[in-house]
Amino acid sequence: MNRLRAWFLAPSWAVMLLLFLAPLAIICAYSFETRGAYGGISLPWTTESYQRLADPIYLAILWRSFWIAGLATLLCLLFGFPLALFISRSAERKNLYLSLVILPFWTSFLVRTYAWMFLLRDTGLINTLLQKLGLIHDPLPLLYNDGAVVLGLVYSYLPFVVLPLYATIERLDPNLLEAAADLGARPLATLTRVVLPLTAPGIRAGAILTFIPCLGAYLTPDLLGGGKSVMIGNLIQNQFTSARDWPFGSAISLALMAIVMALLMLFARRDPEGLV
Amino acid sequence: MSSPQCVLELRDVSKHFSTHRAVDSVSLGIERGEFFSLLGPSGCGKTTTLRLIAGFEEPTSGEIRLNGASIQHLKPYQRNVSTVFQNYALFPHLSVRENVEFGLRRRSENHIGKRVAEVLDLVQLAGKESRLPSEISGGERQRVALARSLVLAPDVLLLDEPLSALDPNLRKQVRAELKNIQRQVGITFLFVTHDQEEALSMSDRLGVMHAGQLQQTGTPEEIYLRPRTRFVASFLGALNWIGDIGVRPEATRISKQPPGAEAPSHPATVAQSTFLGNCVHVEASLVTGQTVVAEVSRLGDNFVAGEQVFIWWQPADELRFE
Amino acid sequence: MKRTGVALSIYALAAYLFLHLPLLILSIFSFNQSRFTVWEGFSLRWYAAALHDSQLTEAASNSLIIAIFATAAATIIGTLAAYGLWKRSSPALSGSLYLSLVTPEIVTGISLLAFYQWIFRFLRVQLGMHTVILAHVSFSIAFVVIVVLARLRSMDRQLEEAALDLGANEWQAFRHVTLPVIRPGVVAAALLAFTVSFDDYVITSLVAGVNSETLPMVIYAIARRGANPVLNAISAMIVIGFGALILISERLRAR
Repeated sequence: MNRLRAWFLAPSWAVMLLLFLAPLAIICAYSFETRGAYGGISLPWTTESYQRLADPIYLAILWRSFWIAGLATLLCLLFGFPLALFISRSAERKNLYLSLVILPFWTSFLVRTYAWMFLLRDTGLINTLLQKLGLIHDPLPLLYNDGAVVLGLVYSYLPFVVLPLYATIERLDPNLLEAAADLGARPLATLTRVVLPLTAPGIRAGAILTFIPCLGAYLTPDLLGGGKSVMIGNLIQNQFTSARDWPFGSAISLALMAIVMALLMLFARRDPEGLV
Repeated sequence: MSSPQCVLELRDVSKHFSTHRAVDSVSLGIERGEFFSLLGPSGCGKTTTLRLIAGFEEPTSGEIRLNGASIQHLKPYQRNVSTVFQNYALFPHLSVRENVEFGLRRRSENHIGKRVAEVLDLVQLAGKESRLPSEISGGERQRVALARSLVLAPDVLLLDEPLSALDPNLRKQVRAELKNIQRQVGITFLFVTHDQEEALSMSDRLGVMHAGQLQQTGTPEEIYLRPRTRFVASFLGALNWIGDIGVRPEATRISKQPPGAEAPSHPATVAQSTFLGNCVHVEASLVTGQTVVAEVSRLGDNFVAGEQVFIWWQPADELRFE
Repeated sequence: MKRTGVALSIYALAAYLFLHLPLLILSIFSFNQSRFTVWEGFSLRWYAAALHDSQLTEAASNSLIIAIFATAAATIIGTLAAYGLWKRSSPALSGSLYLSLVTPEIVTGISLLAFYQWIFRFLRVQLGMHTVILAHVSFSIAFVVIVVLARLRSMDRQLEEAALDLGANEWQAFRHVTLPVIRPGVVAAALLAFTVSFDDYVITSLVAGVNSETLPMVIYAIARRGANPVLNAISAMIVIGFGALILISERLRAR
């Protein structure tokens, strides 16, 4: 039995070691090396790349990323909670409403992001429509700013919040809500005193599931933020392409990984995906 | 114990899970063709014993012999025993016929079609061959599970509480059917149950387990009438305790007059009389304060609360323990 | 309570519009005669243009080939791993899989790029379809494991014991009982692996070679350049294609 199991696990171990852990180990090594004359990697070993992370320019980008990811997460929770509540209260159409939330997740991330470019552009649908109606004369600068990035992130990650929230609300005993109402709690009090504390695990899971990919986002700030809205992901990509500073890019990557893992250890339950 | 006609023998078998002794040096011999029941409350180790015999667990110590050969190190598929699981564990993606064929196909045997038809006939499932397990009733599922094992003609058929998932009305009927099938095929049955009525009514012999230990084995009469321990006595049926002596309610006599010289009698006061249809339970308090229950015929005397009566019994009905 | 219910329904309607309207509008405008965002009548010209663009069709076929190979490999490897983990947990392996899932795509991409460049010092190979396929296998295994493991956990463990009991060895029990029972989960996992592979831009763009441009890479390049109604047509085709895949998977699951 155990021999068969070893054979079953062997291929995934091979892939994980060779194509995930070894590459991480390599950038870990690179982060301590020096940038070569033509953009390569060379000795000596140094911690210079990590020291550069403390540069105010980069700290500002880190701060920006936290801020944008945090705002997107907060908005996801705010918009996602009533939607999850709605789904859990709709008796027989639950599955339909739930799949309607998951459906966009199954269509291309790139296409979904492009759809917003189509809507928000200077010559996009919204500006064209507003101009036709005579409400504005010059197009509004809707695209290529932080607002567009946050919008794109909320749009992309809303399902990540709704699913865990729905799961915890669903587990709530409906009698609890009635009991709260019986005891004279008004709807708002029921929400803040009963529902929110009891759905805290779902809120936490949804928040962490959204915040982590938002923090490391690359495509959304790149397409919707234009060149102006730089987040950590774009900074890393830049070091490996135009700046050709691999040691620094590696150091930022590891710093980002460290932040992600610290967040997971702090906030995630041991087993958010049922995997571990 | 180790007589040559034993098909299955457990010699000092123990199974420990970390510190818990699930099975504690159990020795047991089961004769060819008999219907043997392992009876005990949940958690007594009877299911673990069954799993050790089937090969899903390996014993911590001891020996399991099938037809005289040690099998405790063999894989489940190398032992000619078969299990009917409590929840039947029918393969949900296979039809009734495919479920029954499963074992024969693994052994690449001949005449599969004929043998499957025979066994489905035996368990009265002919005509339902192409149904899926989800499309048949609970009783039918139980019979598919039985047929799936029987068709392999195992040396011992292990049944893990196979009736517990059925509704109570069906259970009594299935008991008789199961016993009937066992007589027809002549296969040794090892039947695990926590229901003493089931064990008493179906078994040729039975063993009572408690806290991992086999407390007593014997025929239903021996176990019921001559229990060796207080646990066996009280697990098999209700018992009145008068001092150190145990008397079953149906052996407890109650009368308005002293019984005379036949037996010693004890004066008592009737506390309550409960009509149960086929009999009447009379609850009476002895002068010592102990309460005894006597099961009496509804055709005999009537007893009302507060009445002064005499409690007595035949010396042969006394149960005494060390 | 009644009033909150109505308010909640109105809110939900707005939220669903927010989720679905952008793609719907985009798809509608893919049939627009005009090059601009003004409706001038129905036309299939952008679809014709997309299908006649050799760069696009070549990229689409690359994406398809990559997704098929990566899906096949990731589904097999991930299903075996899920089965092994279901038998007995391995914190080290599930920890690595979990880590691969939460690692930002850009980090996965650059670390694979660095790894490939390092390997190429010793081997005479270059970036190409093979490097993309390997990268896709690596990041989709975790998705497969999660989906298949969930299915395994809903399966009765005694089914395997019953198979062993009836004379099947471990491999036969897996092959004839476990695998057929978890098949819907495996199909769902394969579809998920296919979509994440077909859709990936960030990692792919870093590890692709000159001859292995994928559809998302071309879409990205066009989107960066600005307005292009051909892109609306491609987007609509992708949305419909993915939608068809989900429908098929739902049918299979219902069966």
